[in-house]
Amino acid sequence: MKPLAHVGKALAHDSAALHVSGAAVYIDDIAEIEGTLHVAPGFAKEGAKGKILSINLAAAQAAEGVVAVLTAQDIPGKNDCSPVAGDDPIFANGKIEFHGQVIFAVVAKTRDAARRAARLAVIEIEKQKPDVTVADALASNGDLLPPYAFTSKGVVAALKNSTHRHAGQLKIGGQEQFYLEGQVAYAIPQEKGGMFVHSSTQHPTEIQHCVAAMLGIDDAQVICQCRRMGGAFGGKESQAAQWAAIAALAAHITGHPVKCRLDRDDDMMLTGKRHDFEATYEVGLDKSLRIAAVDVLLAARCGYSADLSAAICDRTMFHADNAYFYPQYKIATRRLKTNTISNTAFRGFGGPQGMVFAEAMMESIAIQHGCDALELRKKNLYTKQRNTTPYGQKIDEHLVGKIMATLEKTSSYQKRRKDNAKFNAKSSILKKGLALTPVKFGISFTNTMMNQAGALVHVYGDGSVHLNHGGTEMGQGLYQKVAQVVAEVFGIGVDKITITATRTDKVPNTSPTAASSGSDLNGMAARNAAMAIKARMAEVAGRQHGVHPSKVTFWDGQVSAKTKSSSFAALATACKGARVSLSATGYYSTPAIHWDRATGRGHPFFYFAYGASCSEVLVDTLTGEMKVSRVDILHDVGHSLNPAIDIGQIEGGFVQGMGWVTTEELVFDAEGRLRTHAPSTYKIPCASDVPEDFRVALYESKGNKADTIYRSKAVGEPPLMLPISVWCAVMNAIASLKPGTVPKLDAPATPEAIMRAVKSLGVK
Amino acid sequence: MMALEFLRRGKIVRMESFAPDTMLLDYLRLTEKSRGTKEGCNEGDCGACTVVLGEVQNGAMNYQAVNACILLLGQIHGKEIITVEDLAEGEKLHPVQQAMVDLHASQCGFCTPGFVMSLFALGHGKKSVTRADVTTAIAGNLCRCTGYKPIIDAGVKACQNLRDRFAGDAEQSIALLNGISSETMLVGDEQNFFVAPSSAESLAERAAQHPQARVVSGATDVGLWITKQFKAQKQIIFTGRARGFAEIAWHEAALHIGAGATYTAAQDGLTKLAPDIGAVMHRLGCVQVRNSGTIGGNIANGSPIGDMPPMLIALGSILVLRNGETERKMPLESFFIDYGKQDRKSGELVWRIEVPLLKQNQVFKAYKITKRFDQDISAVLGAFLFTMDKDRIADVRIAYGGMAATPKRATKTETILRGKTLQEAMSITLNDYAPIADMRASAEYRREIAAALLKKAVMELQGAQNTRVLA
Ligand code: FES
Ligand code: FES
Repeated sequence: MKPLAHVGKALAHDSAALHVSGAAVYIDDIAEIEGTLHVAPGFAKEGAKGKILSINLAAAQAAEGVVAVLTAQDIPGKNDCSPVAGDDPIFANGKIEFHGQVIFAVVAKTRDAARRAARLAVIEIEKQKPDVTVADALASNGDLLPPYAFTSKGVVAALKNSTHRHAGQLKIGGQEQFYLEGQVAYAIPQEKGGMFVHSSTQHPTEIQHCVAAMLGIDDAQVICQCRRMGGAFGGKESQAAQWAAIAALAAHITGHPVKCRLDRDDDMMLTGKRHDFEATYEVGLDKSLRIAAVDVLLAARCGYSADLSAAICDRTMFHADNAYFYPQYKIATRRLKTNTISNTAFRGFGGPQGMVFAEAMMESIAIQHGCDALELRKKNLYTKQRNTTPYGQKIDEHLVGKIMATLEKTSSYQKRRKDNAKFNAKSSILKKGLALTPVKFGISFTNTMMNQAGALVHVYGDGSVHLNHGGTEMGQGLYQKVAQVVAEVFGIGVDKITITATRTDKVPNTSPTAASSGSDLNGMAARNAAMAIKARMAEVAGRQHGVHPSKVTFWDGQVSAKTKSSSFAALATACKGARVSLSATGYYSTPAIHWDRATGRGHPFFYFAYGASCSEVLVDTLTGEMKVSRVDILHDVGHSLNPAIDIGQIEGGFVQGMGWVTTEELVFDAEGRLRTHAPSTYKIPCASDVPEDFRVALYESKGNKADTIYRSKAVGEPPLMLPISVWCAVMNAIASLKPGTVPKLDAPATPEAIMRAVKSLGVK
Repeated sequence: MMALEFLRRGKIVRMESFAPDTMLLDYLRLTEKSRGTKEGCNEGDCGACTVVLGEVQNGAMNYQAVNACILLLGQIHGKEIITVEDLAEGEKLHPVQQAMVDLHASQCGFCTPGFVMSLFALGHGKKSVTRADVTTAIAGNLCRCTGYKPIIDAGVKACQNLRDRFAGDAEQSIALLNGISSETMLVGDEQNFFVAPSSAESLAERAAQHPQARVVSGATDVGLWITKQFKAQKQIIFTGRARGFAEIAWHEAALHIGAGATYTAAQDGLTKLAPDIGAVMHRLGCVQVRNSGTIGGNIANGSPIGDMPPMLIALGSILVLRNGETERKMPLESFFIDYGKQDRKSGELVWRIEVPLLKQNQVFKAYKITKRFDQDISAVLGAFLFTMDKDRIADVRIAYGGMAATPKRATKTETILRGKTLQEAMSITLNDYAPIADMRASAEYRREIAAALLKKAVMELQGAQNTRVLA
């Protein structure tokens, strides 16, 4: 087999030169069509729950530059922008269920005028006391969706009979996506009542569908396009729909193109975040500290509506084992309704919360028993014999132990643990902590239906290639990776391939770009399209040169058969001349996966992605301040499609996850108002939070065992969970104050949370 | 002079009218339609809107990164404005841009123009840069995708001996900028105006004449009133062009800082005066904010969470106010009466701050507690000036931010501490404040942290090592 020419190369992101020169066009940068108007959402200043008593929009209507004010009554079709359950009104009608719920929108000549006017509405709410926290919702028994659990028969007995038992509790914070480009849509009315919508969305098909249903027209009359997003991270999977719908409604009513771009503060108040959870658990261990049984309840704050919470909480359960074998288990979830914004997808999709529970449990056991946490972790990994997950899928690829063992060496874990112990013995205020944690993350949408993708490839008479597929580009380098795949198939340079914006009229019925599946699905679909064209081209070449098509090779811009060869471009011209179609669609659906939610058994994941990280922290036990001083990562991406992009995903995912477990804290007040609705109060990591000593390596893989695109592995989400080692290292540092006692540390480990944990030990 | 003038892409742009509260970012994106510069937050906290202002200083071009979203258009009078589109020469990328491409430093790309501009300014400000210089330069630029590592690497690579066409064009830029009159700039009428007085005296005069007008220095606070609270500002007196208003001068017993001095301008002097002030200032806002915001502004707006006032109060600083031609002096702490209430009369300007130099037997300590180290508003800021008599505390001044409705001294604790040995001081608890809870910290944590900082200061005086995570 020839080595690969394009796949596996560390090529730059297709838009890199545009990014750095300010020439990459995001939706708000598109030159507006003459007559473009702007729409801004409006909500009640006070109140998080209650009947809408009155809406007075007169002042907004009369404000300078205002063209129209829209409410639920103006919607010709369905007043809904939910992804699944039909419970997210575009405009609240009759009642509100969280602070900031959109009730109306103002259309004006300028964005500024629309935003100003939206503040002038006077809305009266019959205020009721909102359920804000998980505790509130538990107290009012507010299940939004039915509880769900994986339960083995012997769990109660196994817990009772285990040599050691350990119980714990953990608060797990939510997280704001904080994509740098806020939510935005630009709707342009079309002939015959149709609508064209530019939307910053991970899910153009859903935007298309939502807008069509809202206007009461056919899906086919709506086109949604997305060239690129300025970040998304799950926040634009379902929750881009409302803004697209409002822009489209305004465009429909005024007959003008209309743009809807949220202000940052509005964006943070009006769009969902990662679910926060409270975990309560009990674990039983045998005398060698192998887990015998785990009983955990994970209670999630879902917000006011279902959104994607069902699947998200399922994924929390799928990852509550992380990489560990639980012989007996009860993994239960409550999906609670609160009067807060509906929580939604965020990189990891519930998985991180399950995993942070598992690792907090491991760290706590190790502290309580005074053993090394890494030894404990290794002892409890899945093995060839102990290989069945709580949902019945058998683990058949055992990489994580190898990854951990390698990392243990390359990070000098053992030596540093000893050094830290010496340091901590001498240093009274500052304490060091070190932890090495694994990640095992299941790849596939757990909703099997969604594991499909389509692509559209054209070869033109001059040999240039047009590439389109259903995946969206949010910075993850999907377009580039898929272009490398197509270049590989055709044996031409990536520069010959023009990547075009994702559009619902080019590839229909797509799934969201989510669940890390973008390149797995779209890479395969595009490859299938290219292969179809290539087969036809090979046939023509074979005829030309008198060989069987299978003997024709495509390499380095040349198409060769025996001793003869011609350029790819010349063959394309010849195909056109020979009246051979050079356009094809490609389609792919993931094989071998199935999941039966009723029985809680199946094979929901095509494969698992693995990695491990080792983090060291320095904690000030007097103030709670903390600094991450070194991080080592080893991560498995199979055969990388593009190592530069993959490393970028790993580093970026790590830092984002580090924010989640350290500085990023969402604060709601008792009235249900989000107090951290701007980057001034909500703190994502900045450059100086990244340790100078940050070593990232790709695991030397023999290729994915599963038959994926060029045996690569998905990389979007898994690295987000690597920094759980940071949180565990903080635990390790705090525990040095009083060995044997488990500090009560919540996530995120803010300085205040660290101080609380220090105090919980009762020293000083 | 009745027009706003600035240098843009090699030409002087002249505007005879504009709304006084027009923000620079809106001018760029909506009027000029240069859309390479992005809006990420519209409140000075993400850096996506970073642009560079060029200015003639001592006969050479000096470039500074600023946030366009909270900068008033009128503030760029007499300066050159450089945006991300201006860097490449045709197809040839600027060295900073090329390094960003080579090192895979963009993913979604939305933050990228801002980083490019911050690094551009860094490269022009320093011949050789360290990793720390780079992380400082980009502390105000948020990226949610990359994890920063490749951006930092690109900065380190590209900013060493940076050479670009701007060096070659400098002579011409200087000539054009020098051609802009240094007289007072006034655009508008009695109702709506933007005025940039040319001297401190004329600034004082204008302020006295128009006591209802908004006096703006950096606009790092006022900018948010406009972009977030929709508080129209129709009459603006801008201090940034007033000669003599930003002077920094060493006197025998004090450092005098003109109210108009930016944090950046004052940072060196104050760091020399006491290294801990420098360490706090390094984390105050970010480069973009420190380039715009002023020491006087931080005092004048009376915020209970400003970082400078508690430090300056602990140091025993004197505040000088000026009304027309009359000056008034007071200890800085007396200026802060209550939340939102300062001892400033109508038409009066915060004029100068006089910071006493430390005596041989004095030690100054300051600590800033935040969720994130860089560019975060303090939950608590503690500042301590100890006057030591061997191991005894002869005198002490303590001031905290974030603990009360104003920056406030801990006078009770000071009294108790006076005359105590350091050993005795260890057991003294702070008892001056009843802080509130907010999204930055609970009341309890604030109380504990404030006490812990005093303890830490005393431990450091006793010679304790390893006391700060940011060593
Ligand atoms: S847009 Fe965020 S700092 Fe200006
Ligand atoms: S590259 Fe997306 S925010 Fe920086």
